[in-house]
Amino acid sequence: MRTQSPIGTGLTATLLRVLIPVALALAVGGLILLVLGKDPLGYYGYVLQRSLLRWGGAQETLTRMAPLLLIAAGLIVAFRAGIWNLGGDGQFLLAAVASAALAPALSGALPRGPTLAVCMIVASLVGALWSLIPALLKARYGVNEIITTLMMSFLGVSLANVLIKLVLRDPDTTVPQTRSLGVDDRLPRLFGTTVHCGLVLAVLAVILVHLMMTRTAFGLRLQILGANRAAAVHAGFRVERLTLVAFALSAGLIGLGGAVEVLGVWGTVRADWNPAFGLLVVPLVFLARFNGYAVIGFTLFFSALMVGGESAARRVGVPQHYVLVLVALLLLFLALVEFLDQSRRKTSTA
Amino acid sequence: MIKDATQAGQSADSPRSGQTAVAALRQVTKRFPGIVALDRVSLEFRPGEIHVLLGENGAGKSTLVSLLAGMQQPDEGEILIGGTPAVIDSPRRSMDFGIGAVFQRVLLVPSLTVIENLMLGGSWARALARGAALGRFHELSTLLGTRIDPNAPVSGLSLGEQQQVEIMRALWRDEKLLLLDEPTSMLTPQGVADLGRMMRRLRDNGVALILITHKLLEAHEFGDRISVLRLGSVAGEIDPLRLKTMNEAERTDTVIRMMFGVAGTDAAPDRNQSQELAILLGRKLHRANTVDRNEPAALSVRSMATAPDFAETPLHEVSFELWAGEILGIAGVDGNGQKHLAEVLAGQRPVRQGRIELAGSDITRGRVPERRQRGIRYVTDDRLGEGTVGTFSVATNLVLKEIGALPYWRHGISDWDLIHRDARERILRNDIRTPSELTPVGKLSGGNVQKVLLARELDAEANVAILNKPTYGLDLHNQRLALDRIVAAAARGVAVIVISTDLDELLEISDRIGVMFQGRLAGIVENSDGAGNRVRRLMTGAAAA
Repeated sequence: MRTQSPIGTGLTATLLRVLIPVALALAVGGLILLVLGKDPLGYYGYVLQRSLLRWGGAQETLTRMAPLLLIAAGLIVAFRAGIWNLGGDGQFLLAAVASAALAPALSGALPRGPTLAVCMIVASLVGALWSLIPALLKARYGVNEIITTLMMSFLGVSLANVLIKLVLRDPDTTVPQTRSLGVDDRLPRLFGTTVHCGLVLAVLAVILVHLMMTRTAFGLRLQILGANRAAAVHAGFRVERLTLVAFALSAGLIGLGGAVEVLGVWGTVRADWNPAFGLLVVPLVFLARFNGYAVIGFTLFFSALMVGGESAARRVGVPQHYVLVLVALLLLFLALVEFLDQSRRKTSTA
Repeated sequence: MIKDATQAGQSADSPRSGQTAVAALRQVTKRFPGIVALDRVSLEFRPGEIHVLLGENGAGKSTLVSLLAGMQQPDEGEILIGGTPAVIDSPRRSMDFGIGAVFQRVLLVPSLTVIENLMLGGSWARALARGAALGRFHELSTLLGTRIDPNAPVSGLSLGEQQQVEIMRALWRDEKLLLLDEPTSMLTPQGVADLGRMMRRLRDNGVALILITHKLLEAHEFGDRISVLRLGSVAGEIDPLRLKTMNEAERTDTVIRMMFGVAGTDAAPDRNQSQELAILLGRKLHRANTVDRNEPAALSVRSMATAPDFAETPLHEVSFELWAGEILGIAGVDGNGQKHLAEVLAGQRPVRQGRIELAGSDITRGRVPERRQRGIRYVTDDRLGEGTVGTFSVATNLVLKEIGALPYWRHGISDWDLIHRDARERILRNDIRTPSELTPVGKLSGGNVQKVLLARELDAEANVAILNKPTYGLDLHNQRLALDRIVAAAARGVAVIVISTDLDELLEISDRIGVMFQGRLAGIVENSDGAGNRVRRLMTGAAAA
C-alpha cells in the first residue's frame, strides 16, 4: 500500500528484505537437516529439481498454487479489515463438497462452461454462508472471530464428511466419495499442460483484491476498519455492514478456492479429505504483508516446497512437515530483518 | 542550620530547605534524533519542598520525568540519589530508589478494585497480603487526607479520585520523592484544591515533590521553589527565600521573562507572545461579539437523551440553541456527558429521545456522512484513538471523512494523485509540520496532529463545528493556534461548540458558557463579568444562579 508504507524505498531494498530472510531460513533449515543426518544441499537440490526444474513438477507446482492463491486473496481481504478469519478449512471444504456434488448433477443438463460457472458461484456462496454466524456475532456483539471461525471450521469439516458419507455418497464406489466429474467436464487445461485455468482465475482474483484494497474507496474503508475501528466509527462508516461484507468476501474467495481444486484437479471429494490449506496460507499472507503481488511470489515458493517436499519425503526420507519448519524460519527471519532494518534506520537518522 | 530551624519554627508549612537533596541532576544531557531534549540540566529536589518545573511542551519536562522514572537514560551527566550517583535503568529500579511517579494519564486497571490495583506492584513470587495492604492503605489515607473505599472498583471513581489512588500507589513503598506530571490537567477546580492540600501535607511530612506544569497560576499556588525549563535548559530558578520576598506581579514578571527568554525588562513582547501570556495568566482576550440572536438558530437541540453506555454518562433532557458565528463553551468536570453530547451532535451516537435541527430541518436520524455533507464538523479529543488512523498517511487522514466522495473518488476509484496534491497544499496552508504528505500521522507531534484535524474539520463548508477539548495536551503556542482558528471559524459564521475542562480558555473565547453536570445541561451563562464564578457554581451541581 503505497500511502501507508512507513518503510521501503526502491526495488532493490524490497527484494533484499525478502531474499536475506529466505537465505537465512534455508541456511538454518540446512543446519537442522544436518542434525537429522541428511544432506541439506542434496535435499534442496532434489526439491528444486522435482518442483520447478522438471516440467512435470513445475506443472504440479503451478496447479497447487490455484487454491492457495484464492485462499490468500480471501485472507488478505479479511486480515486487512482486521478480521482474523481462521475458519478457512471449513469454508474451503464445504464449498468443495458443494461443487463436487453439484457438478456431476448439472453436467448432464448444462454445457461445461455454465456448469462450472454455477458450481463456482454456489461454492462461493456456501463458503460465505459458513462465515455468516461468526460475522454476525462479530458485527453485532463484538465476539472474537478467531474463536468462532475456528469452531465453525471444525463443524464445517465434520459436516462435509457427514454429507459425503450419508447424503452425497456415490453408490458405485467402495470408498465413500462424491460422484466423480468426468475429466472432460473439469476446468479446461492451459495450452496442453496439466495446469487448469483455475490458476488464471486465482491470479486474477489476487490482483483484483490487491487493486480493490489499494485503489478503491471500499478497500480504504476496509483498511481503516482494520487499522482503527474507532476511527471507522468516527468517520461514519457502516461498520456492521462492512464487517459482514468483509467476512462474506473472504469466505467466498476461500470457497472459490475449494471449487477450483475440485473442479480442476480431483473431480470428486473423498470422505476425510482435508488438505488443510486454510491455515497453511496464513503465514504466507503475513510474509507478504498482505500485499497481493508479494503473495503470488510466496505462494509459488511455498507450492514448490510443498510439491518437492512431498516427493522428498518418499525419496530422501525428510518428513513432509519439514516444509512448515522452513516457513516458520522464514517468518522469524523476515521479522528479524525488518526489526534490524527499522532500528538501523532510527539510529542512522539520529 | 540555625536559620533553617528558626524558619521552620516560624511557620508550620514553610519548607525545610538546605537539607541534602533526595535526588539531583548534574549536567544531564539527553538527545533524541534531531533535538537536544535536555541540555546540561542541573536541578536539586529537596525533602519538604514542592519544586515546580514550569515550561512549555517541548521544554524538556517529559524527558526529565522519564529519566527519573527509569524509562530513559541520560546521554551525559549523572543522576544523584541521596548524594550518590545512581543508574535508574528501569521503572522498578526507580521505585527502589524511592521515586514515585504519577503520570498525566491514569494507569490503573479499571476492572479491579482500589486495593487490588495498589497490590499490583508487589513481588509476583509472594502471596497477596490483603491485610497488610489495607493497613498501608489506611496509613496513606490518613497521610493524604483522602476518603476512598478500598473495595470500590476503580472504574467507578472520578478522575480526581483515580489520581488520588495513583498518588497512593506512587507512595506505596514509602517513596521519598513524588513526581507529578501535569496532575491538574484533568481535574476540576475542587480537585485541584484537594490535590494542593494533599501536596502540602506530604511536603510537611518531608517528602520531596516535583510538580510539572505549564500553568503559571499553579506554580504560584503550590510552588516552594520554581524552576523554569526552556528548550531543554534551565532558564532560571527562584529559590524559596527569593520567592517569599516577591509579590505576585514580580513573580509573574520574573517567570515569564524566564519562560520566553525576554532579554530586558523593556523589550515589548510581540503580539503572539502577549497572546501566549494571556493564556498563561488566564486573562480574557477581547473578542467582538457579532451574534444576532434574532436570526433563526443554526442548530437547535430539544430534550435530547442518549442511552447509557459502559462507564459513560448518558445525556438527559439536553436543550439549547446555537447561532451562526457564536461560540458556545461547554464547561464541566470531565465525564459528565460531554462525550455523548459531542458524539450525538456529530452523528456517531444514536439519539434516544429528542430532536436535533440544523437550520430548521430535522437531522435527528442523520448519520455522520449526511451531517458532514450538511456542514456539521466534529474535532474529537481522542485525536489518535479515533480522530486519525496513526499508521496511515497525513494525506489519507485529511480525507478520512470524505472517503468515496467526489472529487477524490470517482465511481469508488481513488484518485491518489489528487489526494496527495491537495494534501500538500493543505499542509502548507495549515502550517502542518510533517516531512511529507505520506508520513504516517502517528509520527507527528500532538500539535501537528491537531492541525490535521482542524484542517479537516474547519474547512470552508463547515456550518456547525463541535470541538472537544481542542487544546488539551498542546503546548502554549499550539493552544493559541487552535483557539485562533476556532475564533476565526466563528468569525466566518460557523456556529461553534467548544467543550473544555479548562474554564479560563472558555471564558476567553466563548459568547455563552453551558455547564454539563451528570448528563444534564445545568445551565447556560452569558459570558459577562462574573461568569466564571457562576459557571464554577454550576459545575459543582448547584442550581442555576
